[in-house]
Amino acid sequence: MSIEYRVGGIAPSVLRLARPGQYQVNEKGYYGEFGGAFIPEMLYRNVAELREKYLDIMNSADFQEEFGRLLRDYVGRPSPLYFARRLSEKYQTRIYLKREDLNHTGAHKINNTIGQILLAKRLGKKRIIAETGAGQHGVATATVCALMGMECVVYMGEVDMQRQAPNVARMRMLGAKVVPAMSGSRTLKDATNEAIRDWVNHPEDTHYIIGSVVGPHPYPDMVARFQSVISAEIKQQLQAETGSELPTHVVACVGGGSNAAGSFYHFLDHVSVQLIGVEAAGKGLTSGYTAATIALGRPGVIHGSKTLLMQTEDGQIIEPHSISAGLDYPGVGPIHAYLHATGRAIYLSATDQEALDAAFELTRLEGIIPALESAHALAKLKDLQLKPEHVVVVCLSGRGDKDMETYLRFLPADDNPTTTEPYS
Amino acid sequence: MNRIDSLFAQKKEKILTIYFTAGFPRLQDTRRILLALQQAGADMVEIGIPFSDPLADGPVIQQSSKQALDNGMSLRLLFEQLHDIRREVHLPLILFGYLNVVLQFGLERFFEKCTETGIDGLILPDLPLDEFRQDLEPLCKSTGIHFSFLITPETSDARIRQLDEASSGFLYVVSSSSTTGKKKDLSSLQPYFQRIEAMQLKNPFLVGFGIHDHESFLQACRHSRGAVIGSAYIRVLQQAADIEQATKDFVQQILSDNPVHAAS
Ligand SMILES: Cc1ncc(COP(=O)(O)O)c(C=O)c1O
Repeated sequence: MSIEYRVGGIAPSVLRLARPGQYQVNEKGYYGEFGGAFIPEMLYRNVAELREKYLDIMNSADFQEEFGRLLRDYVGRPSPLYFARRLSEKYQTRIYLKREDLNHTGAHKINNTIGQILLAKRLGKKRIIAETGAGQHGVATATVCALMGMECVVYMGEVDMQRQAPNVARMRMLGAKVVPAMSGSRTLKDATNEAIRDWVNHPEDTHYIIGSVVGPHPYPDMVARFQSVISAEIKQQLQAETGSELPTHVVACVGGGSNAAGSFYHFLDHVSVQLIGVEAAGKGLTSGYTAATIALGRPGVIHGSKTLLMQTEDGQIIEPHSISAGLDYPGVGPIHAYLHATGRAIYLSATDQEALDAAFELTRLEGIIPALESAHALAKLKDLQLKPEHVVVVCLSGRGDKDMETYLRFLPADDNPTTTEPYS
Repeated sequence: MNRIDSLFAQKKEKILTIYFTAGFPRLQDTRRILLALQQAGADMVEIGIPFSDPLADGPVIQQSSKQALDNGMSLRLLFEQLHDIRREVHLPLILFGYLNVVLQFGLERFFEKCTETGIDGLILPDLPLDEFRQDLEPLCKSTGIHFSFLITPETSDARIRQLDEASSGFLYVVSSSSTTGKKKDLSSLQPYFQRIEAMQLKNPFLVGFGIHDHESFLQACRHSRGAVIGSAYIRVLQQAADIEQATKDFVQQILSDNPVHAAS
């Protein structure tokens, strides 16, 4: 199949449309009341340069050509849209999995890092920094830095370095310097703080590759555009499969919200498509150990963006909890705060246990081990009151290799047919 | 008259401003530190409102903020601690903090409390210019509280003029592009300070970030009206057995060529 990689273009359609562009960022960098660029002056020049240049660079023919070619030949796009027969039978509906887990490096994160490294090159930057939670964005960044011969420093919470050790090893092998973030909860929020501080200290030669639709404008919009390839492909693939480019539901997990933004992007103006984001409830919404920002957050400013965030009454940011390092973030991309406020998308949450159950279910029904993050999206299939005539697309944002240690810890012992007895 | 304006009207050079984090090292040290700084001869004080995620700060101030929050510090408590501070402290006082804490407190209420307390100026490093104009400038105008923007070596001349225009009281010149607390040799930065001096801005300016001893203080003051010291004082407080004595020694050492090695 041939896919045209238009970055962030909105495909025309005669189907029920919202006001075109209604859900896009405005010229001031806001989605409704959310977004903006709340940064110290030390970052102003870099962020302003990016804001002034990102659209021109992304829309230029040579960028489009190089980006499209790398997505195809290096990442392996288009990623398959797989009809999950046994999962569909179980839920009495039609379920398609968008297989971002089959991308090079094993998650959707590489769509964005390819885009940003090409941008960084065109801005003349020599050094790349990134934050990472699950390590998928760190690996995707280390990968493109190796590809382009650029210096790479990845900040990762010390707790996450332990729970996602295989990804730390991969980053090191790829030549990246992995720096542990030791402050706060020592997870994604703190890694992001450290990356921002690094950028403050290296404003001339460094580009910060943010891993989700978070941070100051233009990052949320830029990352959403790079990830929008997901929904551009879904449309074409569904058209070929079902005769209609529109599903009834699109479901994606939400950490910062980049795979969800990419999965929703080309459906935003088609109001017949139900958009569903799934946050990490951790041990439960009322447990005090959760990362369900949209469910529990109030408007505030985190990492340069006005958005919903989990905070105390005094405005201190609350340390989140999720079994999944990639969803363990106390904020959310401003586009999601806005889609929530306008009712265009709905946001549910899945507990650690629900995510584990969903991961084991997919593994046994389809032979696919999902990332713990993606398992949160799968976990809500049971709550959507699905019907046989529905067409549901779930973004399988990544694969579960990095989570094997967690999975094995929770795999019921009596459920494991492996034996050390020789076959007789 | 705003105390910041009086200070700049009276003192033409080597204005010493010292930063400390409220609630550090102990929750109830705020008043004591303010008095110690006044006694020791500081000209102005920046009171840091602790925040869980201080993006512009290096490890020393981060650590002090964390300890202050662990001690139970909050903006509400800070205003309580300061409610009659003007009976004893006559120095200009500036609140330095991150926007989220102020937003959650409520902007109007924040300005009311600042007015009641006798706060003279504000620095909110993550507040953008447009949002300042829209949301804070009217409140600053009506209360007479000053607001200082930061500028850095990366800030263009055109933008320096904009930030100067929006600021009142003084402009805060960040010595080099970095987080707080990196000790620096400021001699190589003289052309930058000179350039700003030559721009003949509306506001006087102070230099901050990385100033830690007599030598760097003098360097910072060569083309400016004075300097701000933060992390170096926090380091002193971290180890101080006696806050008054340690503060006195520190300020003397910054101001004088021959630091008095007072026995402590
Ligand atoms: C596989 C996978 N899915 C999802 C996420 C969450 O990020 P986002 O919400 O930006 O898609 C991560 C983050 O690390 C991830 O690795």
